[in-house]
Amino acid sequence: MHIPHFGSGGRAAAFAVALACAALAAAAQPALRTVPDTMAQRMQACTPCHGQQGRSSPVGYLPRIAGKPAGYLVNQLKNFRDGSRYSAAMSRLVEFMSDDYLREIGDYFAALDLPYPPPPVPTERVGVLRRGENLATRGDPGRQVPACTQCHGYALTGALPALPGLLGLPADYVIGQLGAWKTGSRRAAAPDCMGEIARRLSADDVRAVAVWLASRPVPPGARPAAQPDLPLPLECGSGVR
Amino acid sequence: MKRWLPHAVLLAVCALAVIALLAALNLRDESPIGDARPSAASAEQVQRGAYLARAGNCLACHTIRGGAPYAGGRAIETPFGTVHGSNITPDAKTGIGSWSADHFWRAMHNGRSKDGRLLVPAFPYPNFTLITREDSDALFAYLRTLPAVERPNREHALRFPYSTQAALAVWRALYFRPGVYEADRARSGEWNRGAYLVGGLGHCSACHGGPTVFGPARGSLEMSGGVSPIDKWYAPSLTSRAEASVADWETGQIVELLQTGVSARGSALGPMAEVVYRSTQFLSDADLRAMAGFLKTLPPSSAAVQRSAPIGAVDPEILERGRTLYRKACEDCHGPRGEGARGAYPALAGNRTVVMNPPSNVIRAVLSGGFLPATRGNPRPWGMPPFGHVLDDAEVAAVITFIRNEWGNSAGGVSSVEVQRMR
Repeated sequence: MHIPHFGSGGRAAAFAVALACAALAAAAQPALRTVPDTMAQRMQACTPCHGQQGRSSPVGYLPRIAGKPAGYLVNQLKNFRDGSRYSAAMSRLVEFMSDDYLREIGDYFAALDLPYPPPPVPTERVGVLRRGENLATRGDPGRQVPACTQCHGYALTGALPALPGLLGLPADYVIGQLGAWKTGSRRAAAPDCMGEIARRLSADDVRAVAVWLASRPVPPGARPAAQPDLPLPLECGSGVR
Repeated sequence: MKRWLPHAVLLAVCALAVIALLAALNLRDESPIGDARPSAASAEQVQRGAYLARAGNCLACHTIRGGAPYAGGRAIETPFGTVHGSNITPDAKTGIGSWSADHFWRAMHNGRSKDGRLLVPAFPYPNFTLITREDSDALFAYLRTLPAVERPNREHALRFPYSTQAALAVWRALYFRPGVYEADRARSGEWNRGAYLVGGLGHCSACHGGPTVFGPARGSLEMSGGVSPIDKWYAPSLTSRAEASVADWETGQIVELLQTGVSARGSALGPMAEVVYRSTQFLSDADLRAMAGFLKTLPPSSAAVQRSAPIGAVDPEILERGRTLYRKACEDCHGPRGEGARGAYPALAGNRTVVMNPPSNVIRAVLSGGFLPATRGNPRPWGMPPFGHVLDDAEVAAVITFIRNEWGNSAGGVSSVEVQRMR
């Protein structure tokens, strides 16, 4: 084998060529970046709407998802995928996902324990807020409307495995959901207890209860209860599973 | 004798001749319908049929979101109106329970329903006509094993004249020629198997071949790109190197894309994610290799060159605005030099989807985001956020203009109007 011999000038030239080649290779193939392989990184797709780590604010429309019961989150993700809850954006995102992955996503956001910001100052009249408080805490037995607290917990922070807390949500979001239940564009597993309750509420009821809920501070360290207070006032197809 | 009479007679004769010709052309290659009830299918045949149903992705159009499988109802937007997938469960009243294998064959091979109606080619029988009688029978045998679901079909909502049987008859006479796939003797068995799957059940040309519903004649193996019926995605040309040609991919990379939804060379988003999720991930390695091998040999075209508008100068102010937005919203994932992140986020530098014309897909990706399909090979896909809620049309246009003209990309700008059209 012939080994080329370089003089000192030749050696420098060879070194320069080698350097140039290395630089070229680097330009053609940028150093491969990596990002951490974590659920937080995989779920970056959720953050522009639901906030960093799924902690969106109580103003606007989009709900906070951090700390919601895992079962509730998984039910919603499946409902978006399978069409019993409607949001074009959410449906497109979860359309081609397996049950397993949706469960992992639900578990991830449920496990986040992040502080809640203080509630916005309500702009509604006191009468509206009082009507909302009445409905939320006492219900309306005359119309067979149970209090929110009967299922969603005395502190309204929800219960495992699948009953969501109702605090820290934008009023417009709660109004949107109750409206969707009334019109049937949001449905839960049968018997759909929330659908039934929503249909017993007037538009004014919905508004009152939503603005009152949105005006409530979230108690520090609030977590969903370990289990709901059984029996529930209505039979529910989801919420308890 | 009245003077007009000979003219009228002549006219009537001509009209009759045209009708007879149309009828004859529409009934080409039809087999007689026997009245024999379907003979008992073997378990093997049913299993084969189930596999073929995956290969044809029958589920996608014949199932409404969250509905009973194969019971129909999905609305498919076409340039000519909306068509609705039909119920193909064995329900006698609303499905195909009263059909025989002959009826099913006539639908697949000739595009005619049991009641004799001409079918709308959104049901891609110009592709399905390529499949063998044996495969058609296996599919039918499988469909007969599904639970019968009573769900009445929804009428199509096509505009006049596309809604008429007469229009269909004319289109079929001009452009539809029934015929089982004929092997190219000069090619290998594997190549022919690939062509059979891609052109037949796979019906890739239904999207990648353009909007063919009443369009001009296009072969079932013609793949020069077209608009997909879903969310205005563009189904890129499989023959153009500038679009989605895989001629220079390794066979394994093509197989990987079809099997897992992601590969070193590209990934499946939007309607292609659905194809991978519901169909190709379930195909055998041998079939995927055959398809890949065939796709690699598609003759190259210069579709992109013809389609792209001349690239004008890009407003530096818009570029700067796009750069600022990129740093804020995109850089964390796609990198400061558009290089992407290994195994997670695609590079934007040199990315064909980013620089493609039309820019529909990059606009759709920014507006709607999305996850790759969750498959056995990629069960926990990475995702892209939808920015449609967060950025307005001008901002989306600016950031896309930036990524189309940075890091060596040079594809011209995108206007707010183009973004608005994709909303």
